[in-house]
Amino acid sequence: MRLRLKVQRYDPAGDQAPRYSDYSIDVPEHATVLDSLLEVRDYEDGTLALRYSCRSAICGSCAMRVDKKACLACKTKVADLVKGEDHEILVEPMGNFPVIKDLVTDMTAYWAKMRQVTPWLQPVGPEPEREFLVPNEAMMDLARTMNCIHCGACVSACTVLEVDKGFIAPAALAKAYRFVGDPRDGLSKDRLKYLSDVPGGIWDCTRCNMCVEVCPKDVRPMDRIMQLRELAVEAGVAAGTGARHGDAFAGSVRRLGRLDEARLLPGSVGFWNVPRLLSEMPGALRLFRAGKLPWTHALPWHKPIPGIKHVRRLYDSIRAERKGKVSP
Amino acid sequence: MAVFEHDVLVIGGGLAGMRAAIEAARNGADVAIISKLHPMRSHSGAAQGGINAALGEDDSWETHAFDTVKGSDYLADQDAAEILAREAPNDIVELERMGTTFNRDEQGRIALRPFGGAGFPRACFIGDITGQAILHVVFEQVLKLSVTIYEEYYCTSLIVDDGVVRGAVALHLVAGNLVPIQGKAVIMATGGLGRVYQPTTNGIACTGDGMAIAYRAGAPLQDMEFMQFHPTTLKDSGVLMTEGARGEGAYLLNSAGERFMAKYAPEKLELASRDVVSRAEQTEIEEGRGVDGCVLLDVRHLGEARINERLWQIRELAIDLANTDIVHEPVKVRPGAHYAMGGIKTNVDGASPLAGLFAAGECANVSVHGANRLGGNSLLETVVFGRRAGQAAARYARETPARPPLSEAVVQRDQEFIETVMERAGSAGGDGDRPAAIRHELGEMMRADVGIFRTGERLAAALGKVAELQERYQRVRLHDTGKVFNIDLVSLFELSFMLDIAHTMVAGALAREESRGAHTRRDFPDRDDERWLKHTLAYCTPEGPRLEYAPVTIMRWQPEVRTY
Repeated sequence: MRLRLKVQRYDPAGDQAPRYSDYSIDVPEHATVLDSLLEVRDYEDGTLALRYSCRSAICGSCAMRVDKKACLACKTKVADLVKGEDHEILVEPMGNFPVIKDLVTDMTAYWAKMRQVTPWLQPVGPEPEREFLVPNEAMMDLARTMNCIHCGACVSACTVLEVDKGFIAPAALAKAYRFVGDPRDGLSKDRLKYLSDVPGGIWDCTRCNMCVEVCPKDVRPMDRIMQLRELAVEAGVAAGTGARHGDAFAGSVRRLGRLDEARLLPGSVGFWNVPRLLSEMPGALRLFRAGKLPWTHALPWHKPIPGIKHVRRLYDSIRAERKGKVSP
Repeated sequence: MAVFEHDVLVIGGGLAGMRAAIEAARNGADVAIISKLHPMRSHSGAAQGGINAALGEDDSWETHAFDTVKGSDYLADQDAAEILAREAPNDIVELERMGTTFNRDEQGRIALRPFGGAGFPRACFIGDITGQAILHVVFEQVLKLSVTIYEEYYCTSLIVDDGVVRGAVALHLVAGNLVPIQGKAVIMATGGLGRVYQPTTNGIACTGDGMAIAYRAGAPLQDMEFMQFHPTTLKDSGVLMTEGARGEGAYLLNSAGERFMAKYAPEKLELASRDVVSRAEQTEIEEGRGVDGCVLLDVRHLGEARINERLWQIRELAIDLANTDIVHEPVKVRPGAHYAMGGIKTNVDGASPLAGLFAAGECANVSVHGANRLGGNSLLETVVFGRRAGQAAARYARETPARPPLSEAVVQRDQEFIETVMERAGSAGGDGDRPAAIRHELGEMMRADVGIFRTGERLAAALGKVAELQERYQRVRLHDTGKVFNIDLVSLFELSFMLDIAHTMVAGALAREESRGAHTRRDFPDRDDERWLKHTLAYCTPEGPRLEYAPVTIMRWQPEVRTY
């Protein structure tokens, strides 16, 4: 099939800003985006730089944005993308990473963040004579996170990272879960405390779900971050704003069946935390002016919604279900 | 010019290289890894099915060693095979304690699955991502030990001074300059050469660099004619479908729906050794009982739950790359180039005959695989012999007195090569091939003429083709004349390495007038222990490989007729 590609280019030796190259090539029906880019590089334009190796979604080299969505080029078939004859596939480097050249990005910060979560097992106590005896289910649970190939697609799509470069971000936090959730690790509680307290830690995720949507290996990084939050609360090490925000949020809905925004902020940062409360006021005013905070919501007198007892019953049943759950 | 200096320099960041680095660091050496990819991108991660160790109650390391020797068609050195099998359980337990998430049995012990050519269930596994899961854990240990990593540095040659290896020259891909990196000992661990064939299960990076670099530096390559064809690879892409599928009970079917392995290996059926299964498949296909040039791999009877628990990766790969959900229908597979049994000749401590040079993993030849490797033994080889090479290299470095620093001249030859190809790219009117064109012709030729079934006639033609491609390589045409991340330039180096490697493979295959393991000559269909129970050694000369032969170490097991 005939294929049109528009590829973002950048060579630090000559370009002030990114530019685009258009290519028109013939590829077989079963071709992937990677096959197509290699065809370009091999014969049309050998100056095109990209990373690749296994072409079977295991080495994690070829993450990039294709038609604006972060993906593995080797796992994305062109036939699935092309909509009509005029369709031109847009290929760009990953977002949230500096570009070295063309589609090759600088992952230094990515690996540094992985290092930040102490990414190795830390058993405590005497070594067993042979292997650790652990249940298969525990290993299978971790294997799901071990399925991560560190391609960076989730980081490319992370909306928190766009505004906060210090966020440890989905991949490294998922990696942290892999140790916290490991029955052989002896320092899970210390890890949870660190992940809870450190700036850019588990409470800074906004649950936008983008990392889950783009992950090519179904690691579901956001779900791992949520598991870490729950474990941090259970372990009693989650004392920060993030955990209190969650409590205030859940408490408000249990009480009223809706959000009581006037109490949410004090509930999150502390009722007597006057400097912090004052510092949030300009933001609240801007929200108000932009019509994002209806004035009725800002007032602290609300009645529960009709049928609040059904909401409370949901809470009770979830709590009862949780009681049966084992913590690590 | 900055000259970097270390006690032990490891070239290659896969499992063998990292395991060697860990052991050298534990032995007090200052260690650095040079790798053309980030270590986590290494092709060790693509190993799927398992890693062998005689951990079962009825199993023993002796049985494991015997299965390995029998699998090798008696070409393995039995001292090396014994070490591999005897040391396997400790190395596996160590991987587990490092954090590897092996699947477990009901008692919580490491679970074992059956694998081809093995007398007992002996393959430890993590679903079908065994290589990836171990690679990541070993990388974690490298981070923990703060080993220096020259990431995305492409090694172009070894520095040999007065017959002793003293380091390597590498192209820093991001900066685009050549740097000499000094090492008292150098461990080559660059993995396989699968890209010499097309298609192959191997990643695009598997171009035999380390073997060719060592060969040019004077180290002999051993048993290069033995190339493993994996029985189950996808039709278009050549991507691997793990042997673990058959370990879990999958069937191989021909166009009549028959489990044809009953004819070729009545006892072991689908779990015969890989050379036997691949030959059987090829025979079925050539005799007209194939399906679309393939046979069928059928796992449907295992059920969705077990497939999702133990074979999730290949399910996804088959959906993505072959439009087939193996839960509901059989997938078309055929034999594909997979693993080089041959490599840099080493002793059981990873030392090559060239002073200062060690090697481990697929690029090395100890030799434990002989003429045919058993599934689950390659991951094992990387950890057992990676560890031993790391230890021996650290000792060698300790005992080697300091030498005067290297001069800048060591990069000169590679620098001149780069300048020549850059100049040629800049000049108008050149008629040279793109590297990819030569690479594709090489791959096609190797598949057709140096494949599962070989003849003297085709091998002689192949030798001529290699010479032709080498001649065309002299005019090969580069597009990218820039400095930053010039992978076009890298592909030029890779191609020259592949051509040298292919030359040794074809020459060895043409000379070996017998059929043994994965090397099957239609014109010499029988194994000939009288004349050919010996290793082939290829030495680099300006005229091409010079072949010599060396005896095989036979200890407990005399060669016997091999049936499965």
